Parts: sequence; C-alpha cells; structure tokens
Amino acid sequence: MHPGLKDGNMSTLKLSFKVNGKLTSLAVAPNALLVDVLREDLGLTGTKAGCREGECGACTVLLDGEPVNSCLLPAMKAAGREVTTIEGLVQEDGTLHALQQSFTDQGASQCGFCTPAMILNAKALLDKAPHPDEGQIRQALSGVLCRCTGYRKIVQAVQNIAQGK
Amino acid sequence: MAHAFEKLHWSRELEFGQYLTPGSLDDALQMLADGKGQARVIAGGTDVIPELRRRHLKASILVDITRLPELRGITQEGEDIVLGGLVTHAQAPASALIRERAGLLAQGCAAVGSPQIRNLGTLAGNLISGQPAADASIPLLALDARVTIASLEGEREVPLKEFFLDVGKTVLDSTREVLTRIRFRALGPDQGGCYLRLSKRKALCLPMLVCAVQVTADPQAKVIKEAAIALGPVAPVPFREVRTEESLRGAAASRQVIAQAAENASAWCSPRDSLLRGSCDYRQEMVKVFVRRGLTKALEQAGCTLD
Repeated sequence: MHPGLKDGNMSTLKLSFKVNGKLTSLAVAPNALLVDVLREDLGLTGTKAGCREGECGACTVLLDGEPVNSCLLPAMKAAGREVTTIEGLVQEDGTLHALQQSFTDQGASQCGFCTPAMILNAKALLDKAPHPDEGQIRQALSGVLCRCTGYRKIVQAVQNIAQGK
Repeated sequence: MAHAFEKLHWSRELEFGQYLTPGSLDDALQMLADGKGQARVIAGGTDVIPELRRRHLKASILVDITRLPELRGITQEGEDIVLGGLVTHAQAPASALIRERAGLLAQGCAAVGSPQIRNLGTLAGNLISGQPAADASIPLLALDARVTIASLEGEREVPLKEFFLDVGKTVLDSTREVLTRIRFRALGPDQGGCYLRLSKRKALCLPMLVCAVQVTADPQAKVIKEAAIALGPVAPVPFREVRTEESLRGAAASRQVIAQAAENASAWCSPRDSLLRGSCDYRQEMVKVFVRRGLTKALEQAGCTLD
C-alpha cells in the first residue's frame, strides 16, 4: 500500500495504464506521484527519485514516448497512457538495448544514478531523429544532471549509436 | 518520522486528498466552485507540485485540466495566433506558425527548464506562476498578448499588461478560474522580434536577465513606428519599459537613437542584488546591452538594417 494512504482518510483511485507494454491496473492514493508508484508499488526501481523537484532529471520516464519528470507527475496523469521505464528497454531474453550496450561499452556510467534517465532521454531523441549531431544530443540530455562523468562519455555513447557504430 | 525542517518547508508526501479529472471545462469550473477555495487547478504540474512540496501553496483538492479538449491546439484566426491553455513549452516551438510568425516566443519557450519540463509545463502556467523572469511570459508580454479567463460567472479577456500584480501573484484566481486561451497578433512583414537571455548555464537554470523586443518599422523611411520592450527580472513582475517605448514611437531607426533608448531603459530598471543572479549594477549594464541588441535585431527582421 502506498505510504500516502496511512492517514486512512483518503479513498484510493484506480489507475490503469500501460507500463513497458504491459497493461497494468492498481489502486493508488490521490496524492501518489508516478515515481513512487513505479518504484514502490510496481518494483521498477530503475527509475530514480533524486531531488523530487524536477531539477536533477533522474526520475525521467517516457510518457507516450516523450521524456517527463515522474517526480512531478501525479500518478493519475498516466491513466490510459503508456509509460516506458529503463526496465522496458531490455528484451525478454535479457539482451540489452543498443543504447544500454553502448553506455556499457563506453564506460558512460559511473555511479549509475543518472544512467536510466540519460538512456531514456537519448532513446526519445533517437526515435525522432535517428542521426542527431552532437548539439542535438547534448540538448536532449540537458535535463539530466550527472555528477560523475563530465558528460563526455555519455555523449559519445549516444553518438556511437547515432553513427551506427 | 519527518524532521522539523521538513514539516515546515518541504514535505515528501503531498498533502492534497482529492485528485479530480474533469471531462469538460464546465465540469472543471463546477469542481473548483464546489471546492470553495480549497481546490486548485493543475495542468503540467511543474510549478504546482514543487510549490505544494515547499508548502508555498496549499490545496486539498487538485483539478487536473489536462484532458479538456477545448484547451488544446495552436490556431490562426485572421492575423491572430491563438494558443489553447494547455499548449506546452515543447509544443509551441514545434509549431511552424510560432517559429515563423512569433520567433521570439519560440525561443523563450525553448529556454524553459529542461526538455522533460517543457514536455509538461504549459505557457498558461508560466503566466499564472507570475515569476518576474518567466521565459515564456516575457516574449508574450512583448507581443501584447491577451488572455481569456473562464469562471462559472463567464469569460473575461485581460491584456497581459494588466495581468501581473506582484511576485507570484496575478489577476487570475486558480481556486476558481481557468486560463483558456492566449491570443496575440502574428508578426507581419514590417515587424520584427527578438528574445535574449543571460544565464549561467544553458539548461535547468533560471535567467539572470531576459529581454524580448517587438518592433514595427517603416523600412523605406527608416522610422520606428512602434516598439515593445519587455524585461525580467528587473521589477517584481515581468516589466514593460513603456517610457522608452514611447520615446521610440516615430523615431529614426538609427544606432544613436537605439543607444539612447538602451540608456533610458536601463535607468528605469531596478534588478535586485542577488548572489545567484548577479548584482544590480551588473544587470543594469546588461539591460543596456540587451535592449540595444534586441532593438537592432528586431529592426533587421523588420527589414530595417542599421547603418
């Protein structure tokens, strides 16, 4: 049960939406945010909760293909829509998505906290523009803060995919 | 167990107890009225959620208007561009109409927050939050935009010049009203616009200074017919430098005139000293640079290149 329900004076709402291609229905508190529903109710902890104010971008998920901050999103906003988290990128047999593999090969992930958000923002870009230049890549990643890498290897990891390497 | 600081200033759990999703504008207005001041509109939520967290805002009921079809879309009505109340900072610059006929607004929207925030946050919300340097509000102010505000009592149209009251405060009451439309004239061939921004970083960074300019010119006679100069944060609200605008009406489109206008505009601006956003002196100097550069570029776009 969501921690927001502890007071006992709130009735739950039914949230039905697609998560990583799978139709999902559950009861949520009216004040639940998507990041908490994903992490705590659905166990999808690849999505990180950082600042909870839309500053760090670590909570990024794709909502109908567009990157959004799930810490700013009341869970009910996802009703009837499709949410993609980092877990949704791995194929069923465990094969990594090309971006995940490229991040691994490049060493583009250090502590890893921002990595799911970086990869999802990069995916949203590549889905629209398969061959972006460096400027477009940096722009697409500008809403996620990384405090480890200095961004160079992250940008390189995306560029390698964009250039078909 | 929450710490005392959190209890006062920041809460992990948001305190609203009801989340309503109306299917029509009438339903939304009725829900707000039924809330008797305890309900509040939420659209993108990029300001509402952090403000609830910081306890700057109190609401026990949120009314989510993002599923109202009547608030969507970017349309052209004659020479006017009309933005629905739900148009986001990502949608506006993606529109060819906005890029070509209101380029300064496209640029302002593209400077807001981050890509994720622009996908959620609306231009209407940018106005309603009433921040003095709001990136979409300043160009809308320079474009002489008007907004339509709906409540159970009916609709009213308010020019943006009369919309902002104080930091975080506008004439709109989000406990009973909804901003449904933003309307302004598309730039014509004898008009030009410019948006300029000074910030420490290029993303996720509030501006130190924003300047938006719109001019109407007579390129043959090299005369400025009208000029609108909007600036922020140089006052408690997004600021139109009307004295300088008046001095430019009918003036020659020359470097000298523009340099004088930049001096005048700077003198009327009073930015605060801020450790984060620069000193008053520095920003006043930058107002001069931005007004000069903004007028020059806007005049160029209007077909009036300065000698």
